[in-house]
Amino acid sequence: MEKPLTKNIRLNEEPLSLKGYEKAGGYQAVRKAVLGMTPDEIVKLVKDSGLRGRGGAGFPTGQKWSFVPMGENVQRPKYLIANADEMEPGTFKDRLLLEGDPHQLIEGMVISAYAIQADIAYIFLRWAYKLAALRLEKAIAEAYQNNYLGKNILGSGYSLELHLHIGAGRYMCGEETSLLNSLEGKRATPRAKPPFPQVCGLWGRPTIANNVETLCNIAHIINNGTEWFKGLSYTEDGGTKIYGVSGKVKKPGAWELPMGTTIREILEEHAGGMYPGFKFRGLIPGGASTEFLVEEHLDVKMDFDSVQKVGSRLGTGNMIILDDKTCPVGMVNNLEQFFARESCGWCTPCREGLPWVAKTLQAIEEGGGEPEDIEMLESHTRLLGPGHTFCALAPGAMEPLQSALKYFEEDFKKHIREKKCPWK
Amino acid sequence: MLIDAERQEIMAELQKYEQKQAACIEALKILQKHRGWVSDEGIQDIAELLELTPDEVDNVATFYNLIFRKPVGKHVIMICDSVSCWVMGYDFIRGHLTARLGINLGETTADGQFTLLPVACLGACDKAPALMVGNELYTYLDEEKIDEILNKYRG
Repeated sequence: MEKPLTKNIRLNEEPLSLKGYEKAGGYQAVRKAVLGMTPDEIVKLVKDSGLRGRGGAGFPTGQKWSFVPMGENVQRPKYLIANADEMEPGTFKDRLLLEGDPHQLIEGMVISAYAIQADIAYIFLRWAYKLAALRLEKAIAEAYQNNYLGKNILGSGYSLELHLHIGAGRYMCGEETSLLNSLEGKRATPRAKPPFPQVCGLWGRPTIANNVETLCNIAHIINNGTEWFKGLSYTEDGGTKIYGVSGKVKKPGAWELPMGTTIREILEEHAGGMYPGFKFRGLIPGGASTEFLVEEHLDVKMDFDSVQKVGSRLGTGNMIILDDKTCPVGMVNNLEQFFARESCGWCTPCREGLPWVAKTLQAIEEGGGEPEDIEMLESHTRLLGPGHTFCALAPGAMEPLQSALKYFEEDFKKHIREKKCPWK
Repeated sequence: MLIDAERQEIMAELQKYEQKQAACIEALKILQKHRGWVSDEGIQDIAELLELTPDEVDNVATFYNLIFRKPVGKHVIMICDSVSCWVMGYDFIRGHLTARLGINLGETTADGQFTLLPVACLGACDKAPALMVGNELYTYLDEEKIDEILNKYRG
């Protein structure tokens, strides 16, 4: 089984230096792209590969790039941003890539920037990833020294500046348009779309923001082609996926596997199954803002379309396991406390609705719930759903709540009936 | 007044962006690094340098949870309270920490050594529960490990 994204990564070891990365075949794709391919050819190749964004939404990457205005008369500078603000609770896949093989990200960024003819690129890194910051800084300096960055890259006539930007907290920064505001030095509140960032982004210029894992795939697609990339996957969506598991399993961790590997295989073979004495009750498959799945879904393939078919989302592909000794109401309460705290306050339904949901759940968990609370929570899953808020934070927050009310209904009722948490 | 080092570090940041305001968050971080927290005076200093109003700077400063607008202890302990850490025993870990320190979340010890803050997911979910002290990440927390961490920083 090929593992292009993680083949250079050795846990607990320093990542490859530029020389080591070159020896392992690195930066060949940059050479091939900037010296031998037109931007259009690269966009087409990435489109044909079927690569979909790995940040959670799954938008086709090549298509996103194709919206960027091209030619001599467009606004300059154009921007490329690597979204490395990994803050979706339960998600730690980009950390692996950032710490483990920083040159892979830089190489992917140079090619992607060339494809949209960007002049300046930023890595928007979350504050907590201190080791990643050190390693990226070193790798960026090496890339400049060897003319993979800077003026006239490898004599191609193409130039790119790349900067590392480290944030100062807040989940909202991961949302594409909020990230742009944050990078401009403002509060990370979302912007109305349209206009879309591809046309009017950072300082009103054409801007592409891609997730770290998405960008890490680019050099491999250039080197090996679209058929190879599609062949890595078990399903329609091309490539591999970095899946992660946390919770009470024997071996929590992250693994690069073919896109479309089943939940059961990830959970039982790679994560080693449940910790002795704990039984599986459910999981959220792709970070905090995805719907719960339960036992009957274990054979679902972890790809965008298959997970959507059973009412959830692949999200980041990093799953969090609910066991039989953990209170599902408590878990949902924890999630909603997070979302309520991280709401940026920009739009009213989210700013007012999420704290109400969180307070109600806290009351139920502490034995102060009323029977009508369930209906109130259900109405919020609709009122804070898609179309009612400025960005996807509140709709995302409603996903685990809505599915918990469905799959763990009896647990909610028991809390209210017995006026206490049965797990305490 | 900005000291020379602060001014130089902020000026270096300006090179990275089209507009001065973009350096606002970084400027706040730089001041905090030198002064421990960002006072009203610090807000004024940044506003002058970046040609913003103090309100505009404060607007940004109060949004980001890693910018401290009140004095904090010598060591800031940031304990992850997100879902994976919660499943793996956050409540117990927090209980042990608050008991050992004699403070609640959001408070600073009387000797000014520690401030304890809750923080969203640290991306260490496979090694939960986790916390950070300054730049250091600590994982697989239990009672013993927390006592070791506190002793290390107490010196």
